[in-house]
Amino acid sequence: MPEGLLIKGGHIVDPSQGIDSIGDILIEDAKFSKVAIGTTLRVNNKAIRVIEANGMYVIPGLIDMHVHLREPGYEHKETIQTGTYAALRGGLTAVCPMPNTNPINDNATVTSFMIRKAYQEGYCKVYPIGAITKGQKGTELAEMALMHEAGAVAFSDDGRPVMNSLVMRRALEYSKILNVPIISHAEDLNLTEGGVMNEGILSYAFGLRGIPKAAEEVMVARDIALARLTNGRLHIAHVSTRCAVELIRRAKAEGIKVTAETCPHYFTLTEEAVTGYNTNAKVNPPLRTADDVAAIKEGLKDGTIDVIASDHAPHHRDEKLLDFDNAPFGISGIETLLSLSLSLVSVGILTMSGLVEKLSLNPAKILALSGGTLKEGCQADMVVIDPNKPFTITEESLASKGKNTPFLGRVLTGKAVYTIFKGKVYEVV
Amino acid sequence: MKKDLVSIKDLTADEIRHILVTASTFKDVLKRDIKKVPTLRGKTMVNLFFEPSTRTRTSFELAQKRLSADVLNFSVTTSSVVKGESLYDTLRTIQSYGADYIVIRHPCSGTPHLLSKIVRASVINAGDGINEHPTQALLDAFTIQEKLGEFKGLEVAIVGDILHSRVARSNTLCLRALGANVRYVGPPTLIPTYLPKGIRAFYNLQEGLRGVDVVMALRVQKERMDRGFFPSEREYFKLYGIAEERLQMAAPNAVVMHPGPMNRGIEISSEVADSERAVILEQVTNGIAVRMAVLYLVGGADA
Repeated sequence: MPEGLLIKGGHIVDPSQGIDSIGDILIEDAKFSKVAIGTTLRVNNKAIRVIEANGMYVIPGLIDMHVHLREPGYEHKETIQTGTYAALRGGLTAVCPMPNTNPINDNATVTSFMIRKAYQEGYCKVYPIGAITKGQKGTELAEMALMHEAGAVAFSDDGRPVMNSLVMRRALEYSKILNVPIISHAEDLNLTEGGVMNEGILSYAFGLRGIPKAAEEVMVARDIALARLTNGRLHIAHVSTRCAVELIRRAKAEGIKVTAETCPHYFTLTEEAVTGYNTNAKVNPPLRTADDVAAIKEGLKDGTIDVIASDHAPHHRDEKLLDFDNAPFGISGIETLLSLSLSLVSVGILTMSGLVEKLSLNPAKILALSGGTLKEGCQADMVVIDPNKPFTITEESLASKGKNTPFLGRVLTGKAVYTIFKGKVYEVV
Repeated sequence: MKKDLVSIKDLTADEIRHILVTASTFKDVLKRDIKKVPTLRGKTMVNLFFEPSTRTRTSFELAQKRLSADVLNFSVTTSSVVKGESLYDTLRTIQSYGADYIVIRHPCSGTPHLLSKIVRASVINAGDGINEHPTQALLDAFTIQEKLGEFKGLEVAIVGDILHSRVARSNTLCLRALGANVRYVGPPTLIPTYLPKGIRAFYNLQEGLRGVDVVMALRVQKERMDRGFFPSEREYFKLYGIAEERLQMAAPNAVVMHPGPMNRGIEISSEVADSERAVILEQVTNGIAVRMAVLYLVGGADA
């Protein structure tokens, strides 16, 4: 077994240290031991494995702060083992699973189970997100401090909003004890009731019930008002509309403690992907219009949107093989997160350094995680990316149990070729 | 014609006209003493109804029997669907019976599209969710043509719950393809916020009926009132009920249509429903002839 690893000649991009140049990285004892820019590291030790990274990007391991690993309870959709393996293949070294499991992660026992299971069977780090309210019912606060002690890094009732504004106020106040964010799934359920796609000309043409953009926007506005009131930390999940981006931009300018994320499908696809009643394009919030896609890109570019997360929502094929109304919402996205995001660099919306911030450094900062950096002495979590390698999305190419993606058949450019977790190399083939 | 009729969008204007011409031939058959032709003898037709329906199912069944086909009625209350069988398995089972034609009604939009991808049989949409009801639109077009002749420049007002109406959606597509102008009349809560290009919405019935040749009243569902789309049936009738005095703005020979079943005194007054203008019973009769034409033409049986 090699005792170390040398990644030679790659384009190192690490915004945490302001590095954006060709260089070498030496990993020893599962830690970054030397990052050499502009010089070549010479190592005589034969026990060190060398990876030639010419023409590749070398960046910190990606952190996906919004995934659904489905375990415990829905192991037919995904498990901690299969989900983290898919994550590793996608260039991720840490993921944050949402609490809508069965039982729901609303107590320290479930949090500990997830962490232990990940330690035993997982392929990357798992930082669970606990529920805001007991049973995600939106009425009583869950034991946030006990879950936090067990390892939960943030709180969310994701999949459901906290409809009661007073409960949301309490959550934003109480979480200040722990200085962790409350992650808002911004959706007014009264406005969306029965809706299955974006409300617009197309929902009328397809005869499908619409979800208005306002359902997201009124809740983003409400939660910003509550963050202003409480001075609590708010993170808005999966932003999908222009107005939501604008509300967050104004709130940030005002100094409110708000951060935000979007997902690749919201800057890549429009509601037209639903054509033909394609249940793989049924997602919540729904795919919106070209104008919203443009606004999401502007928000990413100017920093209004801090993070790109996958909202990986794997489902069994039988569940998506239903009529559109009854098929569940969600896209299996953990393995396409990086490749779809790289397109933002090729079209000039983000620099590579900016992309690494969205996919690694900012999630680490928001959730106070180690990682998101190549600093000497830190755990060696990183990824080597071939920006030109074609990646054809097929059911067979995905390791996740969930094959439910509207990108099936697409050829993307750029993907992870080596993911290094705790100094161990995984070659993505 | 294509293998299936799941949407009016599957048809060109010429194909619609061809269906109407064929339907008038079948209508002549229906006037005979012996109303049966051997056209589709030996063909197996399954009527797959996941939603209660008397009129549409009866109309299809009569059309099928008049064409001498073998008919199997499969309805949700008596099927394995209540035992928890998945939609996918139900659809594949029907295929295995060797059906040549499947007529489907389902409460969810897009189900006939899913079925048409799974089975080899010709799929005919008899109403899917709030999406479409193509044969209703074709029989309405047939009835309009019988009464008024040309479609070009015709003004058609569809009145009522446009938002949740598959009849309104299919009629809009069909009538516009034939050259008619369509307008929507009703409360803003029941008219889509985002309207297709070229369609005008009227919240005032008198204005909406000005100069129209066809008034199509839609059935008001009590469920909509319970969900707060409008406050009461009497207020609805006062604002949008089709009554004699409100038809004065319409063209002198305007006809009044209704897809049935009617709520007298809510979306239409009893007097109008029984008046000379009303062509509601003709719609029912024409429905059989039009469905015979669709069953005959779909999948290219005439080729």
